[in-house]
Amino acid sequence: MDRTSTEDMSLGARWKLAWRVLMDGTYARHLVTAEATAKTQKAPAQVVAPTPPTPLPQAISTPALPPERVHASALTLLAALQREGRLVDFLQQEVTGFSDEDVAAAARVVHAGCRRVLHQGVELEPAVRESEGASMSVPTGFDAQRIRLTGNVAGQPPFRGTLRHPGWVVRAIRFPAVSEALDPRVLAAAEVELP
Amino acid sequence: MARYAVGIDLGTTHCALSLHDLSLADGQTPSASDRAVLIPQLTAVGTLEERSLLPSFLYLPSPAEFPAGALGLPWDPHPTVVVGEFARRHGVTVPTRLVSSAKSWLCHAGVDRTGPLLPWQAPAEVERVSPVEASAHYLRHLVSVGDNRLRAAGVAEGISDQEVILTVPASFDAAARELTVEAARKAGLSQVTLLEEPQAALYAWLERMGPRFRKELKVGDVILVVDVGGGTTDFSLIAVTEQGGDLQLTRLAVGDHILLGGDNMDLALAHTLNQGLAASGKRLDAWQFASLAYGARQAKEALFTDSNLVKVPIAVPSRGSALMGGSVKAVLQREDLTRVLTDGFFPVVPVTELPKTARRTGLTQVALPYAQDAGITRHLAGFLTRQARALASTTEAPVALAGRSFIHPTSVLFNGGVFKANVLKERLLSVLNEWLVADGGRPVKEQEGADLDLSVASGAAYYGWVRRGHGIRIRGGTARAYYVGVESPMPAVPGFEPPVRALCVAPFGMEEGTEADVPPQEFALVVGEPTRFRFFASSVRRDDRVGVLLDDADAGDEFEELASIETCLSAEPGREGQLVPVHIQAAVTELGMLEVRCVERGGPGRWKLERSVRMQGDESQAAS
Repeated sequence: MDRTSTEDMSLGARWKLAWRVLMDGTYARHLVTAEATAKTQKAPAQVVAPTPPTPLPQAISTPALPPERVHASALTLLAALQREGRLVDFLQQEVTGFSDEDVAAAARVVHAGCRRVLHQGVELEPAVRESEGASMSVPTGFDAQRIRLTGNVAGQPPFRGTLRHPGWVVRAIRFPAVSEALDPRVLAAAEVELP
Repeated sequence: MARYAVGIDLGTTHCALSLHDLSLADGQTPSASDRAVLIPQLTAVGTLEERSLLPSFLYLPSPAEFPAGALGLPWDPHPTVVVGEFARRHGVTVPTRLVSSAKSWLCHAGVDRTGPLLPWQAPAEVERVSPVEASAHYLRHLVSVGDNRLRAAGVAEGISDQEVILTVPASFDAAARELTVEAARKAGLSQVTLLEEPQAALYAWLERMGPRFRKELKVGDVILVVDVGGGTTDFSLIAVTEQGGDLQLTRLAVGDHILLGGDNMDLALAHTLNQGLAASGKRLDAWQFASLAYGARQAKEALFTDSNLVKVPIAVPSRGSALMGGSVKAVLQREDLTRVLTDGFFPVVPVTELPKTARRTGLTQVALPYAQDAGITRHLAGFLTRQARALASTTEAPVALAGRSFIHPTSVLFNGGVFKANVLKERLLSVLNEWLVADGGRPVKEQEGADLDLSVASGAAYYGWVRRGHGIRIRGGTARAYYVGVESPMPAVPGFEPPVRALCVAPFGMEEGTEADVPPQEFALVVGEPTRFRFFASSVRRDDRVGVLLDDADAGDEFEELASIETCLSAEPGREGQLVPVHIQAAVTELGMLEVRCVERGGPGRWKLERSVRMQGDESQAAS
């Protein structure tokens, strides 16, 4: 590992980055796109700025990675949701036979743990500032990814409508770095207690 | 040349790291990312995350326990130990390989603190570490994090080349301080300055206030710092005095070492809930109990934050994969919270009620000398009363007592995560104010502190900047007077030990960078043979001058015996076995360490007296 030439980025941060690039094809592609636009746009690291709609990244030829490497970050997130909030246990269990009280007790475990993962991993904000149920205007040239029109969609913007759901957008990402030495398919290890 | 002051809070349950740019001018403040440096650490197998605190837990894995590469850190691809969040979490399931509360062992004179004794109940094959080594592991992690951080900021030198301030409890005795410095040395920090934690918290407050602090304080005020951390409770009194028309802060007194903190409170809640579960036939294993304790803490915080809540449900997940049907539900009621925490740890008591010292039964962990009375208000009453008696007998008291039976603070500064709960702050304030009003005094003012978890580290970093001649410095010197034991010459009586007299070698309040000769007493040491002295301290004898000889150090409660000190005068050829007349000299270094030396009478010899940290009575090791 290079420990000498580090002018503006810590070793830890670069190490994390390297892992992510290796494991996450989507992210690697984003980096390539980001580098291309870096000259025209200055955004702080790891912050998703409200960007103008960009064309879908062109299909680029990459060496074929096994699916668990292509989707490693998704599997890592599942593992975290299981570890902290037992989400996989919860979803794998048949719910019908249990009383509401049993389901509620389990739901509290899932809610508390998964919420922790969510809040530690990303910073969220609504896609629009208006409050739910309020009347709002949708201007000409609105961001069609951030605003979805429903109901009687006809004519040209600007529109006026009622905000049914303010949406969620990630403002900052703080997901952990995960060692590539591990097989991401293992969402939870078997536990064997020795006497 | 140091560019940064580095504040390290080496806590019983958590560590924190803070930087203060030494080139900052008065009034400028460090960036948020300097003030609380984020600490990358393992949070799960192969998972590296940044947290603002590093849990002070050390896990000693078995070689086959984890897959290759699972424990790698950016600065160490193959570590042999784990520190931080993952150590704490995983250790719950493998308690015999987990080291916790290493700091509390550092001030435990009853064990060999440099010997491999932790984890206390580890099986034979586990390679144990000493409390010093465990502390060094936490420091190494923090130093690596800081080095990376500095490199990212374009600073070529690492943490060890910066001005490093390491905090210790005010109640740490000289030996525990020395061991802390030794741990730092093992972690590559050859030069560290020690700072008492309550003082660090006050420095953080001073930094936050800026010049406004002069409006908050006036001459004659007494600030009480109440620092309840994860594992220890620490009291300090700081007086506002005047010299040449300038306000001065003088540390008046520090309390005894009380092993009682926030973790005890969470455990007490969990035990209460567990009793309820056991009564209904539900048994939890160690892992489930840990998650019950975790849930209890969350529920406690919810109840303390929202005064309208009457109860908060807690779900303890099943150990197996069947979550529904296997999870156990408990409910934390507000009345239980009040009974166990508010009344249990902060009981409403008169100031005359002192901590109970009767030995409790049923303590499972016998090794650490945990506080026997959980009532923090009783410990506070004891501290204020005891120190008032000590001040009453001195002629140079920095504050007027006016015949009061306990010291009347005028301000209170809270520190430690426990006081995130306003209810507990208010309880302590109301108990204290009741005492004050009943004694004809005025209620105290609460000073709004900085961050309860991080202010010790950031205050320590700020102190590094203050040492460069900025801002105001808290004066104090040693918070104890130190004595060596001298056996009284008397005829041997079977079954009766001769009383030990105490010779004062360092007075109370001895300032940094000064030394004191013990004038009349002369000792003769045999060259080439180890000689041991018993060593005592007193936090209440404020007027003893150097050289004073006091009768019977073993009697009464004014003296506290510390680990003995010893020396072996290196023998020049031909002088072995000779008697050399020496006298004793004490010095407090610029870094706040007490050193005791033997100086040859009329000769060139000077020998440092090493404090023995080995188990008392273990003569075979002492002679080595």
